[in-house]
Amino acid sequence: MEIWQSIPFACILLPLGSAALTSAMKRRWAKYWTLFVITAVTALSLIFVVLMNRYEGSFTYMMGHYTAPWGNEIRAGMLEAVTALFFSMIMLLSLLGGLKKVEEHLLNDKQPLYYVMLLLLTAALMAQIYTNDLFTAYVFLEIMTIAACSLITARTKGRTLVAATRYMIMNLLGSGLFLLGITLLYDLTGHLLMSNIKEAVAALARSGEYQMPLTVVIAIMSIGLGIKSALFPFHTWVPDAYGYSTPTSAAVLSSLVSKGYIFLLLKIFYRVIGLDVIVSTGILDILFVFALVGMVMGSISAIRQSDIRRMIAFSSVAQIGYIFMGLGLGNEQGMTAAVFHIFAHAVCKAMLFLAAGGLADASGNSKQFRDLRGSGFRSPIAGVAFTIGALSMVGFPFLGGFTSKMNFAMAAMGTGDTRMMLVLIVLVISTWLNTIYFLKTVITLYRKPLPDASYPVERGKRGFCFNASLVLFSVVNVALGLFSQGIIEAITNGLTNFG
Amino acid sequence: MAKIRNDYERSWWPRLLQWLEDGSTRLDDELTAEMEESREGHLLPSHEDVAAHETRLEERRRQKLADEQAMYDHAHQWSRTKGAKLANWLYRIMAVVVCVSIIWVLLQTASYLPPFGSPDNPVNNEVSRRYIEKGMEETGAVNIVAGMILDYRAFDTLGESNVLFIAACSVLILLRVSSDKHDPTSVYQLEVEADDRMYEPKNDVILQHIAAFLVPMILLYGVYGVMNGHISPGGGFSGGAVMGAALILYLNAFGFKRTQRFFTFKTFKTVSVCALSFYALSKAYSFFTGANHLPSIITPGNPGDLFSAGLIPYLNIAVGAVVCCTMYAFYTHFRKGDM
Repeated sequence: MEIWQSIPFACILLPLGSAALTSAMKRRWAKYWTLFVITAVTALSLIFVVLMNRYEGSFTYMMGHYTAPWGNEIRAGMLEAVTALFFSMIMLLSLLGGLKKVEEHLLNDKQPLYYVMLLLLTAALMAQIYTNDLFTAYVFLEIMTIAACSLITARTKGRTLVAATRYMIMNLLGSGLFLLGITLLYDLTGHLLMSNIKEAVAALARSGEYQMPLTVVIAIMSIGLGIKSALFPFHTWVPDAYGYSTPTSAAVLSSLVSKGYIFLLLKIFYRVIGLDVIVSTGILDILFVFALVGMVMGSISAIRQSDIRRMIAFSSVAQIGYIFMGLGLGNEQGMTAAVFHIFAHAVCKAMLFLAAGGLADASGNSKQFRDLRGSGFRSPIAGVAFTIGALSMVGFPFLGGFTSKMNFAMAAMGTGDTRMMLVLIVLVISTWLNTIYFLKTVITLYRKPLPDASYPVERGKRGFCFNASLVLFSVVNVALGLFSQGIIEAITNGLTNFG
Repeated sequence: MAKIRNDYERSWWPRLLQWLEDGSTRLDDELTAEMEESREGHLLPSHEDVAAHETRLEERRRQKLADEQAMYDHAHQWSRTKGAKLANWLYRIMAVVVCVSIIWVLLQTASYLPPFGSPDNPVNNEVSRRYIEKGMEETGAVNIVAGMILDYRAFDTLGESNVLFIAACSVLILLRVSSDKHDPTSVYQLEVEADDRMYEPKNDVILQHIAAFLVPMILLYGVYGVMNGHISPGGGFSGGAVMGAALILYLNAFGFKRTQRFFTFKTFKTVSVCALSFYALSKAYSFFTGANHLPSIITPGNPGDLFSAGLIPYLNIAVGAVVCCTMYAFYTHFRKGDM
């Protein structure tokens, strides 16, 4: 075992260990320390991606002195490395972009606790990405749920408490279903290690034993994680949770927390149950239908909003629908497209939430469209960033969203049955609806303000961190579109070693 | 719904009837009336006429608004009374249907599961066999459960203790009354809390006497549970909960003033930070040496001794401290928003 192979271990343990320390620090030190730790995780992940590029396949890493089925282990491959890099980078940029807002929205002695939540969330996401054990995944899923709740309640103004309550109820329902699934699966297979479960499940599928419980297990695990990641009929908690929390929280929740659950679901499909068993149970068709309905209904709800944050939140519902549609296609291309869209949407949505926060700040702290007129001129960087994000979501060429839409269409062509037509039709409708609400917003941003409106001038200036974060986000978005081929190759590569 | 016309007279059927009856249409009548009017010499409408016309227009507009309002009210009324009732009714029926069907599916699933306690169940495989047969020899812990959670699967337990910590932090974020003197709400809350503390302690003699007797015993039992976690049933989680219960009983009997002599928010922070940092550091060392097959200074020791089983007793103490502090912090924050 070479020393660089300890990087995943360091990425988990560093934020986990420093979280407790942060809670005892003063506000300023906690901020710098958190920024330092998340930057370190990002840098380590970057180095890991570079080194992993030369290394063929994947490797396992023992967490302790005992080999896998007895002890815990983590496993890393190309897909995990790339995902970890994207997630930690988005975490860093979201925190950077919303720092001022965090300091404004939170009381002084509660800010260290907010940073504790972010650090533990980073650790949990890293553990979720690298773990090779189903129960470890559940433990860190709990941390993610609690941290996400606190990220919403951290700003105790407006409707955040109601939103957090709603979020908690729905998410605990999802966790409960997932735990039930793990319990039943352990009863059927006698293992918690993912690769061992896969062998046992394959044996069960061959012998035809326990077919009914196995189907139920797959169904409740998928639905549980679907609830947690805001799949369409379970999305009622989304608009309040994303719409009223502080911008960093909204960015992190929409682009990382929900994606972490989807990544876990992907892992379950590939590594725990096996793709062919999943396809034969038909659960993917149900997810597929939910996803298609969500793509249209989420966009329609977004059109009806008059509040920019709630509009972006509903747009997330539609985009989660895209990802689940890719998973629901059940072929390699569909999965690749889904993973690429996880990245594209995560990068884009975090930027949109931060930019919307900046634009609202330049418009007298109002998020209503009528007050946002002309805010693109008052806060130029936020305006440009929002425009880039909106274009990417609509599917403008040279941006991430375009590539992922094209990938979805190609993946649908690959299936060659009724699903192909359904996907193509819904893609067209959804793109059209996306265009309506995103371009309407962009046009609003660059219109003349209402004659009776007056805005305080100095509020538009958000400082260096905010601007730097938005510029970096824009660069990443454009890069994701321009160099999409390399990233898709890495994902395809990673998926072959993933199972 | 059929369209109701309010200009029935102008439609073709009555006009046809009229034409059949007297040969002249309404149009003819109007024309003649106009001719007569203009014959009176008003080429331009007078001021009064315009005013009357405008009043008429205004009235018509008001009528229209009122009609719209009535229609809206009607619809709103419907959605508020009958519509809401219908939706509520449907919602309840659907909720019951969904619950019953999920219960039915889960019961069905349970009936298909491997029979309870049978030796050929998939659960009885090489994994649990090694825990039972070699657990004591490899970890040095007589209590196999302690060996499993703190040595074999220590990574899960590290996550689990952080779940407790993050839960405590969430409660602090939500309920802790800020000591910020500039924030009006927290100043108000501080005042309310100060008022509330004037009524403490309650001076309940029976409670105080029993607590004076019970608290040391409970505390001792908790410490025993933590320290012997690797030898007998118990461990950090259960022993810590017992110690937390003792602290809560003491607080209830003697009030905040007495507990604040030895347990403040600072104590809570220090204890949990030290315990969790020790846990994370020692486990990081153990994971790193284990994964890289380096020699470790941690040895199982002599099973059954108080300080044996490698790190397990120290980890139990750390977990016990975190659990105890978390329990106490939960209680005080839900009660007062401070410690």
